[in-house]
Amino acid sequence: MRDFSYSRAASLEDARQAILQPGAFVLAGGTTLLDLAKCGVTEPETVVDISHLAGLDAITVDEEGVTIGAIARMSAVADHPGVQAAFPAISESLSLAASAQLRNMATIGGNLLQRTRCAYFRDPAAFPACNKRVPGSGCSAIGGVTRNHAVLGVSDKCIASYPGDLAVALVAFDAVVDLGARQVTVEDFFLPYGDAPEQETVLRPGEVILGVKIRASAAGMKSTYLKVRDRQSYEFAAASAAVGLEFEEDGVTVRDIRVALGGVASKPWRARSVEQALIGKPLEAETVAWAARLAMDGAVSYSDNLYKIELAPRVITRAILTVGGLA
Amino acid sequence: MTRTLHLSLDINGRRHELDVEPRVTLLDALREHLALTGTKKGCDQGQCGACTCHVDGQRVLSCLTLAAQVEGRQITTIEGVAGPEGELHPVQAAFLEHDAFQCGYCTPGQIMSAVACIREGHAGSDDEIREYMSGNLCRCGAYNSIVAAVREAAEAAR
Repeated sequence: MRDFSYSRAASLEDARQAILQPGAFVLAGGTTLLDLAKCGVTEPETVVDISHLAGLDAITVDEEGVTIGAIARMSAVADHPGVQAAFPAISESLSLAASAQLRNMATIGGNLLQRTRCAYFRDPAAFPACNKRVPGSGCSAIGGVTRNHAVLGVSDKCIASYPGDLAVALVAFDAVVDLGARQVTVEDFFLPYGDAPEQETVLRPGEVILGVKIRASAAGMKSTYLKVRDRQSYEFAAASAAVGLEFEEDGVTVRDIRVALGGVASKPWRARSVEQALIGKPLEAETVAWAARLAMDGAVSYSDNLYKIELAPRVITRAILTVGGLA
Repeated sequence: MTRTLHLSLDINGRRHELDVEPRVTLLDALREHLALTGTKKGCDQGQCGACTCHVDGQRVLSCLTLAAQVEGRQITTIEGVAGPEGELHPVQAAFLEHDAFQCGYCTPGQIMSAVACIREGHAGSDDEIREYMSGNLCRCGAYNSIVAAVREAAEAAR
């Protein structure tokens, strides 16, 4: 790891100024930044430590919803009784991610900004070609081993998968990223790949994530996060689904449903076609299985990851039937 | 250009002064600068848990923590868990009792993780222990004995 300079931000404004220098990065939990610096993917000149800023780790839950400060730790949010009650899917997405140690370190802002686990992206020495690292250099994954790569939202420039769990749950419930001067939905915060896979978010130079806000909803209270993976614990999703459900008074007809996918797409992926197909219909296993397949419209596979096109709708189906009391 | 930071770190109840480059991790500071080699370097990338220490009582990975970040925090390493007269911590004793290791390289990290796991209240069943200890890999595969040791230490702590 190349050496860099270290400074502790005295205030948010101080941090915003400091990261305007070329090669400057915000340091919070460090679990992504230091990992990527060791891989040689990121070469910071300066790290600006915001992990000591007071108040930025607050978690507030009231009837309006949930507000989570940017440097709240994953474990603190996962274990917060208010979050568990208002959004089980958010709590579960966090406790099913990483390990206990990493959850004690990693922050909510940093969690959103975690980079893909694409093995080609993470190994610059062996694989110089990576459009995400070096725009225009090519993609080593296409034609390589693609078992963990995305099938949705990919382009011929990049097929890397967004690895996170939390953002998937946030996208399902229309969460908003607080950037101070502006508020952006988590869905819009992440950019589709297209021609510029190096641009992953709308974050501008000098902007610091202050936190996320999620408005309370009946679907949020009746929600779950289902994560299917190669190992039972401490592994990224092969496919995951965040699902929330609200019935009409009859207890059968779907009034509101939220579906988002992880492990299969270039960004946290809201499956609106599935939601639209189920709203107003009685919740039945066959209808759900049919609707879940709509999420895969436009999916593109590079052979090794073909299984995801079969797996993801099954994960969606099981998650919906679970919250609907049918599984 | 050499940029050196002068740090005061509170480790196992003692203050240590050291001069390090900003990039030096807590793990390297412990091992290379302070001769506290009980904390092990496995993957050095946050994947194996061998370097687990406590910062303000929370278990963290010292390989992904800069030494500079933890100035002002209370750090505990494997050297700091035994009693003042050298009596073993109950988790250490349980690991011996259950032979919860083979080569021993992951053991300091396993013990630091287990001490925190029990304190967090995440050692209520074998399944819960497996889940909350999943960040500590053991290449010898001593997992069954590790779970047994954590379970016994957790039961004793109740």
